[in-house]
Amino acid sequence: MTAPREVSFTVNGEAHTVRVEPRKTLADTIREDCGLTGTHLGCEHGVCGACTILLDGAPVRSCLMFAAQAEGAAIRTVEGLADGETLHPLQRAFIDRHALQCGFCTPGFLMLAAGVLEREPDIDEDGLREVLSSNLCRCTGYLNILDAVKDARAAMKAGPG
Amino acid sequence: MKPAPFTHHLPGTVDEAAALLAAHAAEDARILAGGQSLVPAMAFRLARPGHLIDINRVSGLEEIALNADSLSIGALARHCAFHCPVEGGPLGALLAAVVRHIGHYPIRMRGTFCGSLAHADPASEWCLVAATLDATMGARSVRGEREIAAAEFFEWAMTTALAEDELLIRAELPRLAPDTRWGFCEFARRAGDFALAMALALYRIEDGVVVEPRVGLGGVEAIPRRVPEGEAVLAGRAPDPALFREAGAAVAEAADAMSDSHASAGYRSGIAAVMVERALADAAR
Repeated sequence: MTAPREVSFTVNGEAHTVRVEPRKTLADTIREDCGLTGTHLGCEHGVCGACTILLDGAPVRSCLMFAAQAEGAAIRTVEGLADGETLHPLQRAFIDRHALQCGFCTPGFLMLAAGVLEREPDIDEDGLREVLSSNLCRCTGYLNILDAVKDARAAMKAGPG
Repeated sequence: MKPAPFTHHLPGTVDEAAALLAAHAAEDARILAGGQSLVPAMAFRLARPGHLIDINRVSGLEEIALNADSLSIGALARHCAFHCPVEGGPLGALLAAVVRHIGHYPIRMRGTFCGSLAHADPASEWCLVAATLDATMGARSVRGEREIAAAEFFEWAMTTALAEDELLIRAELPRLAPDTRWGFCEFARRAGDFALAMALALYRIEDGVVVEPRVGLGGVEAIPRRVPEGEAVLAGRAPDPALFREAGAAVAEAADAMSDSHASAGYRSGIAAVMVERALADAAR
């Protein structure tokens, strides 16, 4: 139906039940209904990658899914990356490598890289370059982002501590 | 930039999906699989389907089955399923190489092989693969199931032989002889963009000459297709750079290149010749 429907999923481990019209994208739902505005919306048609989230572990564009499709899904957003006051290795590396300036694209890059490094911890530099071509950044010129993700790759393989 | 209202259906079986498609075909019902082309079109309101029949909860459709002679790809098999070779022969390697050119990594997590075929973008890599390998498409409706050969399936840009009440339930690709050589090349201005031209070439070598050549061209004409003029140049001749260049020129000569805001027909035709030449050289590696 075009009428609102109840959908339940978790975001960063927390259960959410929302009432949404079928046409409402998952990106808008995360921001407006779950109140998690760390997920940004740039182009709203799948080109810029600012809205990238992890859906059951896979990095996906949340503007190209409807919330009504997320029933039962485990969603992760940028708000769930840090462990309390301890930054995720990717967040730490983005700061250390100056991999952001205005920061608009950063949540998308972080979730893209987090998803890929969890799925493919041994991905090589060519692979990372190809992956990072997925998202748009108008500030950094991308090389600092690549450096940061390479640092985080090493840190994530070494494990916490 | 927000899609227009629609009714969302979540069938649990293929029969239910086919029944919903038949019931709502007149109201512009569409199948929603990966949604990586359909949802952007809806965001731009280029598409305003009244009903979306979401097949993501239909179990079994994600299957990729390895048969003796063919690879059967279910309607929900996602692009990323091909990141690692799905079989040990040349077909698995070919698909794993081509898939890296489709959109971007997150797009490949959701988008589907069959969805690309049903969407039939002229610059779709999977459509080129299907046309070049003479794939067979399985179409399902409440009226039953039928098979459609790739040469009949692609009718025009974004237009297939599927009737409005039919859903593409699977695509079958022939498995290739172990000594099949293959090469792929495409040109796009940025990684992940739609290619201005692409070529897929396959052949075997017997007694030092090319046999069973297949040369497919995509992104240049309204639909991807094999180009017999290029294949005729290759058959029975020794593979070398001069031959590959001659075949590329023959393909470009035979193709009726499109002109649009991205490239003129002449420019596309020039790139097409080079893509064919490079794909053939790639196959000779």
